[in-house]
Amino acid sequence: MKKVAIIGYAQHPILKNAGALNEVELIMPVVHQLFDDLGIGQKDIDFTCSGSCDYLQGAAFAFVEGLSAIQTNPPIKESHVEMDAAWAMYESMLKIQMGDAQTALIYGFGKSSPGDLNAIISLQMDPYYISPLWPDRVSLAALQARVLLDQNIITKEQMLTTVVEARANSKNNRNALITDLINESDYFSHAMISSPLNNLDCPPISDGSSAMIIASEEKAYEFTDQPIWIEGIDHRIESSNLGARDLSTSATLQASINQLDLENIKFDIAELHTQFSHEVPFLKSLLNLQDVPTNLSGGPLIGNVMMCAGLDAIGKTYESLKDNQLKHGLAHATSGPCLQHNMLVHLETQK
Amino acid sequence: MIQAGVIGVGQTKYDAKRRDVSMAGLVREAIDNAMLSANLDWDAVDAVILGKAPDMFEGVIMPELYLADAIGAVGKPVLRVHTAGSVGGSTAVIAASHVCSGQFKTVLTVTFEKQSESNATWALSPRYPYSPHINAGAGGYFAPFIREYIRRYEAPEHIGWKVAAKDRQNALKNPLAHLHIPGIDEKMVSDTPMLWEPLRYLESCPSSDGACAMVITAKDQVGSRNVAWIKGMAVRSEGTLSAGRDEVNPQAGIDCAKDIYNQAGITNPFNEIDCAEIYVPFSWYEPMWLENLGFCDLGEGWKLTDEDATAIDGEIPFNMSGGVLSSNPIGASGMIRFGEAALQVMGLAEDHQVEDAKIAMGHAYGGAAQFFAMWIVSSSLD
Repeated sequence: MKKVAIIGYAQHPILKNAGALNEVELIMPVVHQLFDDLGIGQKDIDFTCSGSCDYLQGAAFAFVEGLSAIQTNPPIKESHVEMDAAWAMYESMLKIQMGDAQTALIYGFGKSSPGDLNAIISLQMDPYYISPLWPDRVSLAALQARVLLDQNIITKEQMLTTVVEARANSKNNRNALITDLINESDYFSHAMISSPLNNLDCPPISDGSSAMIIASEEKAYEFTDQPIWIEGIDHRIESSNLGARDLSTSATLQASINQLDLENIKFDIAELHTQFSHEVPFLKSLLNLQDVPTNLSGGPLIGNVMMCAGLDAIGKTYESLKDNQLKHGLAHATSGPCLQHNMLVHLETQK
Repeated sequence: MIQAGVIGVGQTKYDAKRRDVSMAGLVREAIDNAMLSANLDWDAVDAVILGKAPDMFEGVIMPELYLADAIGAVGKPVLRVHTAGSVGGSTAVIAASHVCSGQFKTVLTVTFEKQSESNATWALSPRYPYSPHINAGAGGYFAPFIREYIRRYEAPEHIGWKVAAKDRQNALKNPLAHLHIPGIDEKMVSDTPMLWEPLRYLESCPSSDGACAMVITAKDQVGSRNVAWIKGMAVRSEGTLSAGRDEVNPQAGIDCAKDIYNQAGITNPFNEIDCAEIYVPFSWYEPMWLENLGFCDLGEGWKLTDEDATAIDGEIPFNMSGGVLSSNPIGASGMIRFGEAALQVMGLAEDHQVEDAKIAMGHAYGGAAQFFAMWIVSSSLD
């Protein structure tokens, strides 16, 4: 299989409310930071792919607006997924592997502050039977948290530890939105939003953008002496019917673990797209990461830009491997209620 | 690059309101037809690629989540593409890219729109913060480009009526088409009300419910199946407001066509392509795309249309199925073009088959005539 490497990643400071900054104004700084860091321009990019969600903007064609951030004259090979930009990276990787591109620019952007994210995300469900009940994302996550607690797969203490650690780790992340530390009594003094989740178990409403550049083996070393290789990648979706899923495990993650032969890899670090505190101990256990430093960036609990947070997990893993001379990193991206759709990415420093 | 081909195409019956099926039922209807025509077991499907236009057309966000079961994706990779009106075409290209990358042997791809669930003109008229609200819909947006085409090349007004009548006459040969208008002719088109000067009611595409699916597989998986080989495929985009952009003859369309012709070894598309399914949502886009895609010189497109070159028995038949003017489930409309091109070279287009079609082109465009996806399919690999 043709090798593909990440050669750059940039993240906009995560904002609580980007106000009048539009999508173009969010995207341009990260794209240009990447270009400047690598000393390249759009002419060096063979394929461009973005991830965004129209409903966050409140108007169709968010990605068309976003494209104004990119130089498109002469016209470019370009595409868009209405998914987290992690999947835009996946599509770009396929383009490189088929030989249609040697380099690809990926970006994702999202502004959750203007709308009501709970109401918006409830439109992800079955439109005839479930969405009319307006199930909000926190309540859906709480269903899984309750299953995990009731079956003793995780503990409330692990959720508390996750929240405390996320905030402590925010010091590693110059773009973090939430940086104030909390202790145990702070945690338990917060009222439940949807039992067993209080608002510290949930990610903050966030605005922002991220961008990444990947390249073929032939091109990677032209632009950097520190490419990080996509050694393995796999993603799978589960049923939309929550009642038909066993929320105490993840059949798709299990399949991906086998597909990528993860059991035999000793990971140095992991970054998980875990939007709710209970998901961290759950996934650490599923992925056998108990002894692996996880979400050193703080993860989505200290800043959760919709349509970017999955790409950010991959980008933060990339940064961590590169900056700390580590060998193996695992990144996770997700979509849908209760971790319905999961992607695992095994990044490796040496080829 | 790994060679890939289409081994199954499935479509729904297109209609204004498919009240007999849910969204899941609609996509499954197309998928079942594709899987039957490919004669394939579900186990053989390695990934599912779903495309559709804006989520606001139905009010379901990221519908691959809700549709995971209906599209047979549970336990498999699924990707959701959205590239405006070109999405049906770009989804086919991305599906084929899955196979050509070497990561997947066989993929299922499906696109749909159930326009009756919402109102397309409302959803296409976004009110952006800090911007004036145009509220134009698609027809109002494209009409100025068309007026400029007519001005540049002094095209007579009956050209638009002619395309509208020709595509609807073709639709009478396609039982799946949404619009079946008995006795349709230029006079009937010209008698309908003006919507967006110069476009009259019957020069505009309908709003349809429908889905289209295809099975794409690698050369070594084909066996003895009937195949439409993918000889060239490409996408191109240009910005909405690039300086110097020619909306009438977009550079992205020119570049995209050149790319697929180069891949397929085509030097004279007019002579070498047997028939084409081209995205013509408003009548005048037929002559405009004839020129943009290099079938003739600038200013000559309307003359080809006038000379019946694009009729089903003409020199370069366009939109034998009735085209977007006869069926328009927006998210699927591009894939219908790609799928109908495949059906032609597989010899499966039944009453709207072009005799002896060996090489066919599928085309889709979207946004403000700025996003393009195209492919060339052939009955033989050589």
